[in-house]
Amino acid sequence: MTTSLPARFGVPQELEARCARLKAEREGKRLTILVCCGTGCLANGSAKVADAFARELHARGIDADVGLAFKRTGCHGFCQRGPLVVMMPDETFYQRVKPKDVPKIVEQTVVGGKVIATLLYKDPNSKQRITRYHEIPFYQKQTRVAMRNIGLVDPRDLRDSLARGAYLAVAKALGAMTPEQVIAEVDQSGLRGRGGAGFSTGRKWRSARAAPGERKFVICNGDEGDPGAFKDRSILEGDPHSVIEGMIIGAYAVGAHEGFVYVREEYPLAVENLGHALCDARAAGLLGRNILGTGFDFDVQISRGGGAFVCGESSALMKSIAGMVGEPRAKYIHATDRGLFDLPSVLNNVESWSDVPVIIEKGAAWFAAMGTAKSKGTKAFSLVGKVKNTGLVETPMGITLRELIFDIGGGILNDRPFKAVQTGGPSGGCVPAHLLDLPIDYEKLTEAGSMMGSGGMIVMDDRTCMVDVARYFTRFLWDESCGKCTPCREGLSQLQIVHDRICRGLGREEDLPLMERLGAVMETAALCALGKSANFPVKSTLQYFRDEYVAHVRDKRCPAGICKDLTIYRIIDEQCNGCGACLRVCPSKAITGKPKQLHALDQGLCISCGACFDVCTPMNAIAFDPRPHAAAVPPAAPGAAPARRNS
Amino acid sequence: MSATAAAPAIPEPDLAPVDAILAGYPQTETSLVQVLQDVNRTFNYLPCHALEKVAASLGVPLARVFSVATFYKAFSIKPRGKVIIRICTGTACHIRGAPLLVDEFVRHLGIRAGETTPDMGFTLETVNCVGACAMAPVVIAGPRHHGGLSPADVPDVIQGKSDDD
Repeated sequence: MTTSLPARFGVPQELEARCARLKAEREGKRLTILVCCGTGCLANGSAKVADAFARELHARGIDADVGLAFKRTGCHGFCQRGPLVVMMPDETFYQRVKPKDVPKIVEQTVVGGKVIATLLYKDPNSKQRITRYHEIPFYQKQTRVAMRNIGLVDPRDLRDSLARGAYLAVAKALGAMTPEQVIAEVDQSGLRGRGGAGFSTGRKWRSARAAPGERKFVICNGDEGDPGAFKDRSILEGDPHSVIEGMIIGAYAVGAHEGFVYVREEYPLAVENLGHALCDARAAGLLGRNILGTGFDFDVQISRGGGAFVCGESSALMKSIAGMVGEPRAKYIHATDRGLFDLPSVLNNVESWSDVPVIIEKGAAWFAAMGTAKSKGTKAFSLVGKVKNTGLVETPMGITLRELIFDIGGGILNDRPFKAVQTGGPSGGCVPAHLLDLPIDYEKLTEAGSMMGSGGMIVMDDRTCMVDVARYFTRFLWDESCGKCTPCREGLSQLQIVHDRICRGLGREEDLPLMERLGAVMETAALCALGKSANFPVKSTLQYFRDEYVAHVRDKRCPAGICKDLTIYRIIDEQCNGCGACLRVCPSKAITGKPKQLHALDQGLCISCGACFDVCTPMNAIAFDPRPHAAAVPPAAPGAAPARRNS
Repeated sequence: MSATAAAPAIPEPDLAPVDAILAGYPQTETSLVQVLQDVNRTFNYLPCHALEKVAASLGVPLARVFSVATFYKAFSIKPRGKVIIRICTGTACHIRGAPLLVDEFVRHLGIRAGETTPDMGFTLETVNCVGACAMAPVVIAGPRHHGGLSPADVPDVIQGKSDDD
């Protein structure tokens, strides 16, 4: 795609005039075709869909049509239904589009102006086909602030972002506000850290401004290591200019001239799009020396992470930017006094940075009008797991878990019973069904034994074993612990040994209080936030799902049928209609049978994966039982914790 | 560390690209992680002599280079296969069956996670979330993302097939 860059803006008024002109130009288009090219849709083949559009429009000679625009955008959030194609201004929403559908779309919708019913989204609950983007329940309850431009702009085209008003907040802040006024505005908005800790952004900036020293830094934390969260990736991929804009404003407020964006190595597209955006911004005079002719200098570099979860922790992240091993340090010295290279530094999450320009433009009161008493504004969540509509969601704070999971998420996959929702990443907890009406904000989630974290919402149904989930997080954190302090390093090893034992049917009832004691020591004595909260998944599952632990240790039974050493599957003869669904999904060829005849399961070949159980939803002809003689499972090898990766 | 089904000794590659990489960064310790990223991408792993070169050029003790090279998961100090299969084991993938996928890949490739097939064809890795959670469970084989997999799809992924083929 060719991008002719706007000339360098010499004064804020030039930028404002250009934004207005681009906006009018775009609004004058008869039709804009938006093809989602976020990581989710790309995986589903959206690049081929976009290519097919380009080819088809060219072949028909309408690619140069002045009334038509075609864009490859960032993530629309509804990844599950990808590849997504949206036609503006009518908001016609096509989902699961294949390259072969493209000629038909061009013929019927682009040229003929007709909607193709088969490509529309069908609401699984009402069975209605829905034409427009905003009428889809998944989008209806959303309010997008941090994600305002994603899916609407081409992240590789600065003009597109300018047409949506990008950098106008920079013009306002640098042109008409003092740094103190900027800080006051952010402070009054009530914005709190969107990385999960929830510290007041305004207060953080004020401390950094007050810190002595000429050289200061602003840093964007795009390490997003929490498994199950991907909002930061989508923002960096789909709308990098909002983040850069927020950082310019932050740098001006605290008096910094250098910025870093730390991005995970696992997010190559984010690195690419952000790099592109930085070049464009520099060329337009929005970064570098004398930004918009205001005399303020600031530039941003990208620092690629090396794939270490602990580097999402602020002090570890700063060490990593400095080229060192990412080990955290004790927090009695604040980063706002001595952070990166031991100089005053402000570190905020991608989403926080993206919120800043809107706060400056629309004012603190506008932002603070949304949300709850102590948690203002909106929050992005990644709604994933056993929920029908998976994807990215942004709503005002204070929405209940029930609204999020059942209204926006459409309920539980295959209409199974809801068991829990895991929030806050590995340091969070599992919130059970009786707390579904909990309004989501920082305080309420903490009271429920979980936390906000980076907004991952992993929905779990009755086929999720809570002991296995706690074991999973323990293993995750053990793998990611930097090993510097003993409580975290050894505590996690021991917790893991105990969990492995329980899941193999070798657990003892005294293991439960043992885990609680271990957790208490880690919480008190570990060095950084990772270690101090590493027992939270265990603590919250023990609190809310103790009966599942008891079933594992006392009855040697996994109530969800997930722990393989405790579970055997069988076919209920009376209910099997010989449809063959189980036979096709069985990876070990343990199921045999002719069509329409009773199938048989060979216990010798069965690996207890449960794939057959999950597909036999209409007939419910597969059942699971506790494995007999589970105690005979051989004990794990000495030093039961699996070997650390050695490469 | 334990001896695994180790990859056969392959000759040290030509290190000329390392000089080119080093030339693109300031010669200080700050550049270390970024330089190693590029070296790792170029060779698919960090050749031992490349680490020595990096250490000398940036003026960082070799021990510290090695410490960084083994701390971050993105780096491998062992040669890796032509196709790297990365199974996402993030939470969303875990509860949608990632452990079953790991078992199936292990069974089909005959290697454990972290190992490379003797013919240097495949390296199997697990990663703690690739941020494509809405399509769980996810496997990245070479450059390609595969979403919504079940254990029965594993042979197709190994053979490089996907839905739209």
